[in-house]
Amino acid sequence: MYVLTSTAVNIDFNPMAFIENLKYMGVGMLVIFVVIGIIILATKLVNYLFSE
Amino acid sequence: MEILYQNLLAFDRYDLIMIAIGCVLIYLAIAKEMEPSLLLPMGFGTILVNIPFSDALGGPIQELYHAGIANELFPLLLFIGIGAMIDFGPLLTNPKLMLFGAAAQFGIFFTLCMASMFFPDFRDFFSIAIIGAADGPTSIAVANKLGSQYVGAITVAAYSYMALVPVIQPPVIKLLTTRKERKIRMPYEQKAVSKKTRIMFPIIITVVASAIIPQATALIGFLMFGNLIRECGVLESLSSTAQNVLANLITIFLGISVAFNMTADKFLQLDTLLIMGLGLIAFIVDTAGGVLFAKFLNLFLKNKVNPMIGAAGISAFPMSGRIVHRMGQEEDPQNFLLMHSIGVNVSGQIASVIAGGIILNIAAKLMGG
Repeated sequence: MYVLTSTAVNIDFNPMAFIENLKYMGVGMLVIFVVIGIIILATKLVNYLFSE
Repeated sequence: MEILYQNLLAFDRYDLIMIAIGCVLIYLAIAKEMEPSLLLPMGFGTILVNIPFSDALGGPIQELYHAGIANELFPLLLFIGIGAMIDFGPLLTNPKLMLFGAAAQFGIFFTLCMASMFFPDFRDFFSIAIIGAADGPTSIAVANKLGSQYVGAITVAAYSYMALVPVIQPPVIKLLTTRKERKIRMPYEQKAVSKKTRIMFPIIITVVASAIIPQATALIGFLMFGNLIRECGVLESLSSTAQNVLANLITIFLGISVAFNMTADKFLQLDTLLIMGLGLIAFIVDTAGGVLFAKFLNLFLKNKVNPMIGAAGISAFPMSGRIVHRMGQEEDPQNFLLMHSIGVNVSGQIASVIAGGIILNIAAKLMGG
């Protein structure tokens, strides 16, 4: 028999986890901008080299 | 007759609730045209797996799930079709637009922090965060790869909110911009993009993104492979097949086999509601991230950009780009933002896949992989 349950109900709400995981926000956004920045530069280079 | 009664009596209220949810998904797909190609198979699959003693659950749906979702094959194959559908021309004309695609992934990482307050297992809160990619196949691939127990709920949230982008984005954009900002015109300079550039672009993206984030290789590689088929000019038939037959076929299998996770014991939990709420936050923060980044850039730019185009950086293609264009025209009928917003929108597709790879990369480190 299924019961409407929630693991969240059994888990303490942990607001400190937000702070603890902010480092992933910082790293994630930094890496994404670095990768996109490199792609932009590479695209500009290709545009320059192969423009008609 | 007794056997028939026994089968009927085996239904409990939770099975019936799930069958009702399946019917709601089918209703939304048909009556509201909300992502019908996925919600309809998903809705019908939900009905199939919640019938007591159903031979569909332990049989074909389970087989399809293991053959195509558990190993992430279906989302990746779907990416070939999506890649073949995308014209990166507007983006190649103005590559800087890709910055907005990056900024609009902020919702993923904000939601990661939010979800971590409720879900202690990093595989779960990382997977929930990826709803913010606003990209169904990426959400499914990442959640499966991480082994999250909430794949079904994450998939429903991702596709539901993608369909609701026209409802979610406009109020957020209006809240964060002034009428004057929404009226900013952005002239579009038509520049020819050479065929060589169009061919080199998917190869460069694949090499650069994969070299930095190896966990994104499959996601970005299959997307760009589809685009290369489109742009090479010698595979018209394959390009057409990828855009139509392949994409449609995989969508059918993907939709119905995702239902493997839509059984009452997995889905009827308060966690599911929580995940739906977090998914909504992800989409709102994605939109806000793109708009606020554009406003920030405007502090330094001589030729201001219309901050609304930042909102198109979420991956929901092409709805988001069209919404921004429409909102621009509501303020000023002579304001044509479509080419810019579509350029930002396709950059969101690339950025969301890269974000998925980043999530997998961080998770691999945490797992000691």
